Amino acid sequence: MNKKFVEFTSDMKDTHTILIPNMLPIHFKLVKRILENYGYKAELLETEGAHIAETGLKYVHNDTCYPAILVIGQMMDALLSGKYDLNKTALMLFQTGGGCRASNYVSLMRKALVNAGMEQIPVIPLSFAGIEKHSGFDFSVGMIVRMACGILYGDFMMSLANQVRTYEINKGDVAALCDKWTEKLVGEMADSGISFGRMKKNYAAIIRDFAAIPRENKKAVKVGVVGEIYVKFSPLGNNNLEKFLVSEGAEVVLPGLVDFFNYCFYNGIMDYKLYGHNFKGYLFNKAAFEFLCALQADQIKAIKKEGTFRPMTPFKHTLELTKGYIGHGTKMGEGWLLSAEMLELADSGVMNIVCTQPFGCLPNHICGKGMMKPIKESIPEANIVAIDYDAGASAVNQENRLKLMLSSARAALEEKEDA
Amino acid sequence: MIFDKITKSAHTLSLGIDVGSTTAKLALVDAGKCIYSTYERHFARIRQTLSRMLSDAKKVIGEREFTVAVSGSAGLGLAEAAEIPFVQEVWATSEVIKKMDPDTSVVIELGGEDAKIIFFDGGTDERMNGTCAGGTGAFIDQMASLLDVSPDELDVLALEHKKIYPIASRCGVFAKTDVQPLLNQGASKADIAASIYQAVVNQTIAGLAQGRRIEGRVMFLGGPLYFCRGLRERFVETLRLDEEHAIFPDYARNAVSLGAALYSEKACEKKYKITELIGLIENAKINSTSTRTAPLFENEEEYKEFAARHAKAAVEIKSLDDYSGKAYIGIDCGSTTTKLTVIGEDNEILYTYYDSNRGNPVEIVKAELAEIYKKCSDRVKIAGSAVTGYGEDLIRHAFSVDYGIVETIAHYTAAKYFKPEVDFILDIGGQDIKCFKIRNGAVDRIMLNEACSSGCGSFIETFANSMHLSAADFAKKALFAAAPVNLGSRCTVFMNSQVKQSQKDGATVEDISAGLSISVVKNAIYKVIRAHSADELGENIVVQGGTFNNDAVLRAFEREIGRDCVRPTIAGLMGAYGAALYSKTKAEETGEDSRIISQASLKVFTHQSKTTTCRGCTNNCLLTVNTFSGGERFISGNKCEKGAGNSSAVDGVPNLHEYKRNKLLSMCPTASAVDKTKIAPRGMIGLPLCLGMYELLPLWVGIFENLGFTPVSSGMSSKKIYEKGQFSIPSDTACYPAKIMHGHIEVLCENGIDTIFYPRLTWNIDEGMSDNHYNCPVVAYYSELLWGNMDSLKEKGRRFLYPYLCLDNEKELSAGIYKEFSPLYPDMKKSEVRAAVKAGFEKLKKYMDRVKKEGEYALRYARENSMPIMILAGRPYHADAEIGHGIDKLAVSLGFVVVSEDSVYHLAETPEVKVLNQWTYHSRLYRSAEFAAQNDDVQLVQLVSFGCGVDAITTDEVKRILESQGKYYTQIKIDEIANLGAVKIRLRSLAAVL
Repeated sequence: MNKKFVEFTSDMKDTHTILIPNMLPIHFKLVKRILENYGYKAELLETEGAHIAETGLKYVHNDTCYPAILVIGQMMDALLSGKYDLNKTALMLFQTGGGCRASNYVSLMRKALVNAGMEQIPVIPLSFAGIEKHSGFDFSVGMIVRMACGILYGDFMMSLANQVRTYEINKGDVAALCDKWTEKLVGEMADSGISFGRMKKNYAAIIRDFAAIPRENKKAVKVGVVGEIYVKFSPLGNNNLEKFLVSEGAEVVLPGLVDFFNYCFYNGIMDYKLYGHNFKGYLFNKAAFEFLCALQADQIKAIKKEGTFRPMTPFKHTLELTKGYIGHGTKMGEGWLLSAEMLELADSGVMNIVCTQPFGCLPNHICGKGMMKPIKESIPEANIVAIDYDAGASAVNQENRLKLMLSSARAALEEKEDA
Repeated sequence: MIFDKITKSAHTLSLGIDVGSTTAKLALVDAGKCIYSTYERHFARIRQTLSRMLSDAKKVIGEREFTVAVSGSAGLGLAEAAEIPFVQEVWATSEVIKKMDPDTSVVIELGGEDAKIIFFDGGTDERMNGTCAGGTGAFIDQMASLLDVSPDELDVLALEHKKIYPIASRCGVFAKTDVQPLLNQGASKADIAASIYQAVVNQTIAGLAQGRRIEGRVMFLGGPLYFCRGLRERFVETLRLDEEHAIFPDYARNAVSLGAALYSEKACEKKYKITELIGLIENAKINSTSTRTAPLFENEEEYKEFAARHAKAAVEIKSLDDYSGKAYIGIDCGSTTTKLTVIGEDNEILYTYYDSNRGNPVEIVKAELAEIYKKCSDRVKIAGSAVTGYGEDLIRHAFSVDYGIVETIAHYTAAKYFKPEVDFILDIGGQDIKCFKIRNGAVDRIMLNEACSSGCGSFIETFANSMHLSAADFAKKALFAAAPVNLGSRCTVFMNSQVKQSQKDGATVEDISAGLSISVVKNAIYKVIRAHSADELGENIVVQGGTFNNDAVLRAFEREIGRDCVRPTIAGLMGAYGAALYSKTKAEETGEDSRIISQASLKVFTHQSKTTTCRGCTNNCLLTVNTFSGGERFISGNKCEKGAGNSSAVDGVPNLHEYKRNKLLSMCPTASAVDKTKIAPRGMIGLPLCLGMYELLPLWVGIFENLGFTPVSSGMSSKKIYEKGQFSIPSDTACYPAKIMHGHIEVLCENGIDTIFYPRLTWNIDEGMSDNHYNCPVVAYYSELLWGNMDSLKEKGRRFLYPYLCLDNEKELSAGIYKEFSPLYPDMKKSEVRAAVKAGFEKLKKYMDRVKKEGEYALRYARENSMPIMILAGRPYHADAEIGHGIDKLAVSLGFVVVSEDSVYHLAETPEVKVLNQWTYHSRLYRSAEFAAQNDDVQLVQLVSFGCGVDAITTDEVKRILESQGKYYTQIKIDEIANLGAVKIRLRSLAAVL
């Protein structure tokens, strides 16, 4: 990697606005507000439309993965819009590390900036693969813990929201409730820090609020969504997949973002177990993994106790399900987590699964499409459809395939009801 | 047609409407019987076509009420707008079959652009082709027009075939790349027709079945399978079905509409009368979701001004009938068209020809030469001739044309004539996009489209034809389109579905035509040239090629780059004109007479072609032998000069790819040739020779030999090996080296190898020159996929060993191997493994050192003999005979000394890289690029596998490293494509600019 990079210096903290591409609407709003509490000016990019991919194609090699084209396209589109003072703007990018080409997002972003003559703009990477030193950006323990809590809250609300949205009688109730809680939670974290006791209380209150939303009493097919992390979550990446599924009357089941973090930590554990690599890293990863699992257990407990909603699957159980399918050392990109999530959905009775992937995503050849045959062989009811997302893929083709999956899903649901 | 079984409810009338990408179908079911069905092409005028079809149905329906449902990919928007129930088409088919033929095992349905497969046995499983899969019906149409026959004629031809050529089955564009050269080389149309059908069959098997075998009673549905007997024959033969198991029902075309009719009985709550339905459909307001762009011209004046400006770039035209003096012939035998010009002493044009070569350029050139001779009579003397383009070799041999020149030179020669200070030429032809940057009077940089985005020019033409319009009329419509559709800038297969989407949204033919023109332009600028701004192109731009005759394309281009450019009035003839100018200059320089075939010889000229397989080496190239009158032979299809009978020309010239192949093959016996009487005590262990094994073979051979095994490899890849394994490939967009792995595993299994080893390797060898030393995800973990998808690995008695191993040091590797093997071989000792691993690493090091030594020798050889050096760079497995398609041999035959990236990278330092340098193979690429950049006599050609995501990152870097020192960057994308015509042009262009 190019060792020289434009630093986000401490004076920039006051002058610069940090642009963040949106991946998960609920989570990222929380993250943004947390950054603001730490004194940063942040803005979440929620732009959409075909021109974003087009801008991306101009600045990134066309065969690069679609998420890179979109994220960089969205950033460049914003920078070129004239809305921002280019000398007072910084970018924040999330990227995974490891052997997947996605670990190049930051490099590609910087290349694009140079090509556009905007090399002065600092890029702050948020990455698992080691953190660059930016004097103006302080990854304090407090901030990392708050972000982790933000993501946990995000998963929690997302799970409940998905279980209500399809059935809500007054459209918009769910979204309003999410916004209300985002404000409340962020305010609380700023005022009085983190308390795990309070988190539990909050969980209970959030569940009560969601349970109180008036809902239709109807049977809906449940559709799980798995895949490459960006296209799985981002409406820009998956052509508003969630919205489409809801409009078709389906309930969307989305495995949480915490699972992905846990997957990353677990890979650190496996590096030690398989190859004896990095014992210190092992201890850290193990601690982080156990910590997140414990926090997730609180959520599960709260949901079970109240009883209205379906709790998430404990990650340690998800982990076990891959046995006989794929090894835990297969870790690039989403790696074994992708297969695990398909298995987890089937295991919890969600047989209809959309496997989203950017066209030509290398790890997903193996962990997504490559695992469908063995999964279907042992779980014949599994109704999995693989959808490729790409700058040139047309929505009508995608929708047609989704409709096919939904037709089978509805028939299976009817059959079950008849029986 | 009577379908008693179809429905239980009597006395109901139901109508099913199926609107696909190219056709509309109706089916009317009355009391369980299909009483009426129709099938029509809709040419994107869906509402009009349907309304007419429904009016026709009126005479059967009368005033009766009925239920209705719509299906099909283009029916969705219509159903929504007219508020009629919609049913997904595969679902509809599956419902019909369950009722009509419940003992069906598999349904294969090919439509205009979709292909579907339904498995009924063992849990219904329905699949459709993914986004990267050329159409089927549309693809056949496209291929038919390429052969200049109607789809019906194509079918008749196919039945008479004698031979099947390999045609890439992945997507239409690729297939076209294969078909074109076959045509140019004179292969018979019957054979090509059948080969096209075979490609469709292979595509269905590889792309749709994805690991499930197609067995039992197979039902074939959809228009193409209903009409094309040749296609049926290919399916039946390939799937080895007998009459009882291959069913072609007479409702094949209407299955979906029947399904929709059935569905309407359940889902349609309302009953309609026919007039009411027609009204609903005619008035359906389809919401537009596709984006639109500004019109190309605001008004007529703007267009007039534009046309007048371009009319200035003209050349004087005279008639050959009145001319006397010397004349020069230029022929451009292109991929889809043949172009010919005759010029006079003042460079004026005397005669031109421009037409589709209708698959037989030899006959066309023969007829044209005869015509020219006739017009010349005694007044005109042919003083020189030159030929360029794909068919250059063939035409030059057939007619003794004086000069054969590379296309780049031909085009530059012509462009210079119109604009001497030209610094950028963009040529969009039928199938190729070519860009040349000119610096200091020489072609400096060449950019050609990669196979996946080609076809743009002919795509517009085929599309026009599919709408029953000539290319010219279709282009005219674009000029004043009110709101051109935004179709994106990817490959044309994707464009097809974008067009479908816009049709759904109600776009007019005008808007689509304009949209296609804009897409072609964007494709050229952003995909091929990869420009960030117009300034990068140049100041004096000449555009040419047949596609630029289309004013809409030209306008779109000027608008996109924000600059005027020159389009010669003979835009489509520039190659031929350039060739003529070249021959004139040459003739004037040398003072020699032209040797072109005389009028007398032309009269008795005959041409015959037949095919044969070359036995010169293991590549087994399919050769086309052209025999001309007088007995002269011309052989094409060969990858090297051996097939053409020139084996001595290249003997002794170093070729590192060949060296590596031989080295690896000699390292251990192959599965089919192993001497079974001499097996070591622990038995045989099979090593599939592909992906990572291509380099680490010495390591594993060393380890296993020392552990008391007999290691055997699966041998060199071939197309046959690929076909053996294609049934089990789950992801058809993975790279070819990965997909061919399935075949290697089959080879090992077939030969009774019970223990097969291909480890999971997150990391490769750490060569200490990069930030990390990963393998790419496919090389690292492909064994997971093999285990999950290949039934032969799970056969009784077979073991597939794919442990996670780490190659960082002997200790770790020993520990990993011991952990995997000791439970299977309890007598295996730790010390034994340690010693074996040590020996393995030594063997690997010895091999790698030998490769480097051989690389250094090759450099010395080249320099002693003043030969140019080509680093044919990629991954170790690109040296494979099948994966590399013998490009190494082609390069040698063009006069290069060929070395590989792993034989020279040690001669340069790691350059500064602007991306994460974290893959072992790629860091070698960067270093060998640096080596090429520093040495004047070294060129680098990068081989890139189609679908390789990592190379999207590396190619830009390698290019940057080379260009920082003013070197050319040449990239060759390889896949299953077996034809080297396009590659030849690239490499020859490279040789020409040196």
